Amino acid sequence: MNNHDKTRLSRRNFLKTMGAIGVAATGLPACSNGRETDTGNAAPAGEMTYRTNPSTGDRVSLLGFGMMRLPSVGGRSAREGNEEIDQEMVNELVDCAIANGVNYFDTSPAYCRGKSEHATGIALSHHPRDSYFIATKLSNFAPSTWSREASIAMYHNSMKELQVDYLDYLLLHGVGMGGGMEEFENRYMKNGILDFLLEERKEGRIRNLGFSYHGDVRVFDYLLSRHDEYKWDFVQIQLNYLDWKYAKQINPMNTDAEYLYNELVKRNIPAIVMEPLLGGRLSNVPSTIFARLKQREPELSVASWAFRFAGSLPGVHTVLSGMTRMEHLQDNLRTYSPLKPLTEDDFTFLQETATLMMSFDTIPCNDCKYCMPCPYGLDIPAILLHYNKCLNEGNITGNANDENYRKARRAFLVGYDRNVPKLRQANHCIGCNQCSPHCPQRIDIPAELHRIDAYAERLKQEIG
Amino acid sequence: MLRKTRLALAILFFAPITLLFLDFTGTVHAWFGWMAKIQFLPAVLALNVGLIALLVILTIVFGRVYCSIICPLGVFQDVISWLNGRRKKKKYRFSYSPAKPWLRYGILALFIIALTTGAGSFAALLAPYSSYGRIAGNLFAPIYRWGNNLIAHIAERVGSYAFYETDVWMKSLPTFIIAVVTFVVLAILAWRNGRTYCNTVCPVGTVLGFLSRFSLLRPVLDSEKCRHCSLCSRRCKAACIDYRNHSIDYSRCVACMDCIDTCKHDALHLQWRWKTRNKTEATSGHTDTSRRSFLTATAILATTATLKAQQKKVDGGLAVIEDKKIPVRATPIEPPGSWSARDFARHCTACQLCVSACPNNVLRPSSDPARLMQPEMSYERGYCRPECTRCSEVCPAGAIRPITVADKSSTRIGHAVWVRKNCIPLTDGAECGNCARHCPSGAILMVPHDSGNPESVRIPVINAGRCIGCGACENLCPARPFSAIYVEGHTMHSIM
Repeated sequence: MNNHDKTRLSRRNFLKTMGAIGVAATGLPACSNGRETDTGNAAPAGEMTYRTNPSTGDRVSLLGFGMMRLPSVGGRSAREGNEEIDQEMVNELVDCAIANGVNYFDTSPAYCRGKSEHATGIALSHHPRDSYFIATKLSNFAPSTWSREASIAMYHNSMKELQVDYLDYLLLHGVGMGGGMEEFENRYMKNGILDFLLEERKEGRIRNLGFSYHGDVRVFDYLLSRHDEYKWDFVQIQLNYLDWKYAKQINPMNTDAEYLYNELVKRNIPAIVMEPLLGGRLSNVPSTIFARLKQREPELSVASWAFRFAGSLPGVHTVLSGMTRMEHLQDNLRTYSPLKPLTEDDFTFLQETATLMMSFDTIPCNDCKYCMPCPYGLDIPAILLHYNKCLNEGNITGNANDENYRKARRAFLVGYDRNVPKLRQANHCIGCNQCSPHCPQRIDIPAELHRIDAYAERLKQEIG
Repeated sequence: MLRKTRLALAILFFAPITLLFLDFTGTVHAWFGWMAKIQFLPAVLALNVGLIALLVILTIVFGRVYCSIICPLGVFQDVISWLNGRRKKKKYRFSYSPAKPWLRYGILALFIIALTTGAGSFAALLAPYSSYGRIAGNLFAPIYRWGNNLIAHIAERVGSYAFYETDVWMKSLPTFIIAVVTFVVLAILAWRNGRTYCNTVCPVGTVLGFLSRFSLLRPVLDSEKCRHCSLCSRRCKAACIDYRNHSIDYSRCVACMDCIDTCKHDALHLQWRWKTRNKTEATSGHTDTSRRSFLTATAILATTATLKAQQKKVDGGLAVIEDKKIPVRATPIEPPGSWSARDFARHCTACQLCVSACPNNVLRPSSDPARLMQPEMSYERGYCRPECTRCSEVCPAGAIRPITVADKSSTRIGHAVWVRKNCIPLTDGAECGNCARHCPSGAILMVPHDSGNPESVRIPVINAGRCIGCGACENLCPARPFSAIYVEGHTMHSIM
C-alpha cells in the first residue's frame, strides 16, 4: 500500500469511479470488464489524466493510441506473416479507448504495410470529428518519394485514407534516421516540403506541426535551434526509463532521453513520447527484474512502471502505446485513469532497475518492423525477439557444461523453429544491409543476425 | 497358450519396427534399430552370415515363426485378416488349397535375377520388408507426424518444448503411388485369404518355406483323433491344412498355432520331428551392378510464383519466398557411408528407413526408373548437416554403412558447382557470401569478381578439393528458384 497523497485523492473519487465503470460496462460491452472488479483486474479506477497543449489549448489524454502495432486477423500483431489487419478488433479497441477518454491517435502512411491509416480512418469515422485528435506523418523515407510532388501526394493521401479534411498533428517522420542531416535535407528542405507544411498550418489544415526524431542528434539540435522560426507545436521523442540515461551507452549513435526531454522543456515544447515500453521489452523483462518490480508493487503490472515513468514527467503531452490487444489497452487505462505519479523514491528505484537491466545483453529491438520487409524473406524482428526472449528466460548459454544446457538448447532451437519459419531464419541473411539504415534503434542488424546464426549453429552441432 | 505366445511376440516386434519408420527424433532407433537389421533380406544384403545362419536355424527348429513374428508385413496382413475375422461368420472363412510351386519358385527366380542384375527396385517391389517400409514410411508416417504436429501445436500453446513440429511432404510421387498400390493389393489379399502373398509371392517366404518343410517342431494332425470337422482347415490363414488327408503343407505353414487352439478334439499338437534330415543352406544372391530400367515414372515438382525485392516504402510484411527447384544433377548424390553408387545400389532394399529417419529433409526416394524408390539426396529443403549420421545408423542392409561424425566431415560425396548467372552479387549487386559463411569445410572463398578491381563485388570460388558435398551452400544460397551453387554427386566417395 502506498500512502502517497495522490492515492488518497483518488480514493475520494471512489463513488464517482464506480459510476463511470457502470456506464462503460453497459454502454460498451466490447471493453466492459466491470464485473472483474473484485479480481483486482478491474476496469479503470477513475478518470483519464489530461494534458493541455500550450499553443492550441487541446486537452489531450495522457494515453495516446499508437496505430503501428495493430492486430492482424489471427489475433497476433502482424509479425506472423502477411495477414490483413483485423478491422473489427481495431474498431473495438478504438471504441473502447474513446469511451475511456483516450483522444489521441497516432498513425503513419508507412505503418502496417501502409494500411494503418486506412484502418484508423475507418475506426475513427464512427466517432464525431471533434472527439479525437489525429496525428500522422510525412513518411517520405524512400528516395522515390523525396520529390515535392510525391511528398505532397503522400500528405493528401493521408487525409483521404483518414477520411478527414484537416489533421490535428502532423510530423516530419523520423528525422535523423538513415543518412542523418543529408537525408533530412533531401526529404524536407531541398524540395520545399517544410515550407509547404508551414503554409498548410497557417491555412488550418494542420493544427499542430512537429517532428519525430531518431538517430543523428545533429538534426534534432538543428531543428530546435530554428524553433523561433518554425514554432514547433510539439516534438516526438523516444523516452523511457532505460533510455533516460542509457540510450547512448546502448548505442553510441543514439542520444539519452534525458537530454532530449530537457531540451524540449527548456523551450516549452510539449514532448510526445514514443516507445515508452520499448516494444514490450520493458514488460517482458528478465525474471530478476520482474521480481524486483513486483516486490515493490505486487498489484501493478510491469508495464505500468514504464508508463508511469513517462507520464510523470510534466513536460510530456501524451504517451503513445501500440496496443495490439484489449488487455494492453485495459492495463494502460488503469495506469492513467488517473496517473499516480512516481515519487522521488520510485524514480530512483527505476533508475536502479535500468542499471540492472543494462547487465543483460538484450538486443535493443522494439519490433517496430521498420526494417521489414527484408528482400530475402527473413523475419528480422521475430529472430531478434526470439533471442531476447531466450535471454530473458535464461536460455542462452555459452557453455555446454552448464547445468541447464540441454534444456536451454532445446528451448532455443525448438522455440526458434516455432517463432520463425525455417526459411526466414538468420542463416538466410546474406548481409545486404538494406535493413540497418531503417532501424530507429540503429542496430547493426546483419551483424546481430550472423551472431545469432553462429550461436544456433553451435547449438545444433553440440548435441547433448 | 502357444497362440497367445506367438501373438505377444508378434506385437513385441511389430510395434517397434513400425515405430522405426514413424519416429523422426532418432530415439527409437537407439533401442530397436536391431529389429530392422534382423530382417531376412537386409541381413542377406548386408552379408550378415551369422544372422542368416541364426534365421535358418530358427526356421529349421520352429518352422516359419519368422513370418509370424519378425516379419512386419506378415503381422500387418494378420491384423487385416483378423479385422475381417471379427465380423460374424467370418472367423472360419478359409479353406485348404493346393500349393502353387511354379508360381512361388518362378517369382523367387525372378527376384534373384533382379537382385543379381542390379534391378534392385524391382526386387524391392516383391520383398516383404521393403514393401512394409514403403507402406509405413509413405502412408503411416504422415499420419503419425500430423498427429505429432497437433500435439506440438498444443504444446506451443502451453509453453512446453517437449514436442516440436515436423515437415510432412510428398517425397516422391511414384514411390507414394507404389506404396498405395502395395497397401491396397496386400490389404485385399489379406482381408479375403489371409497369407496368400506370403505363400505365393513373397520370395523370403518361399526360401523359408523350403527350409520349414524340414522343421523339427511342427503341428501334426492326429488321424486317429480327427473327426473331420474341418474347423482347422477353415481357420488356417495359410490354407495349408488338408483335413481330409490329415496332412499339413509345412512349406506354407507360418506356425501361427491358430489351428492347435481351434481343434475341439485334441487332434492337433506341436510335435518334434525325429527323423531329421538336416539341411543347412542359405540362399539368395547378391552381385553385380549393371543397371537396367524397366519402369518409367514422372516427377512433378510444385513451383510457386514470386515477387522480387522492391524498393522499401512501407514497414512490416514478409517478402514472398519462392520454393527452390531441384537442379539437374549429372550424378545423383548418395549419403556419406554409402561409399559408391555401385555398392549402394547393390545393397539397398529400398525400405525407406533412411528416408523416414532423415531429420533434414534431404533423403527422398529416387524417381529415376533405374533407381526407383532407392534413396537419393537433394538440398532444396535442407542440407546434410555436419552433426548428423542418422541414415548410416539405421540402414539395415549395409547400403549406408555406419560412419562417425568425424569421418563424415572428411568424406567427399560430391562437389559444389558455381552457376554464374544466378549469383546474387552479380544479379542484384549485393554483397552476399552466405555460401562461404556456412561452408563447414572452408572450401569456399569470396574473391572480387573483377580481378583488376579489389573493391568490386565479391563472388564465391570453390576449392573442389576441400568440398565434401554437404549442400549447405546450395540450401542457403539466396538465389531462387535455382541456387547459384549446387552439388554434383560422386559415383565413388573419397576421404580428404
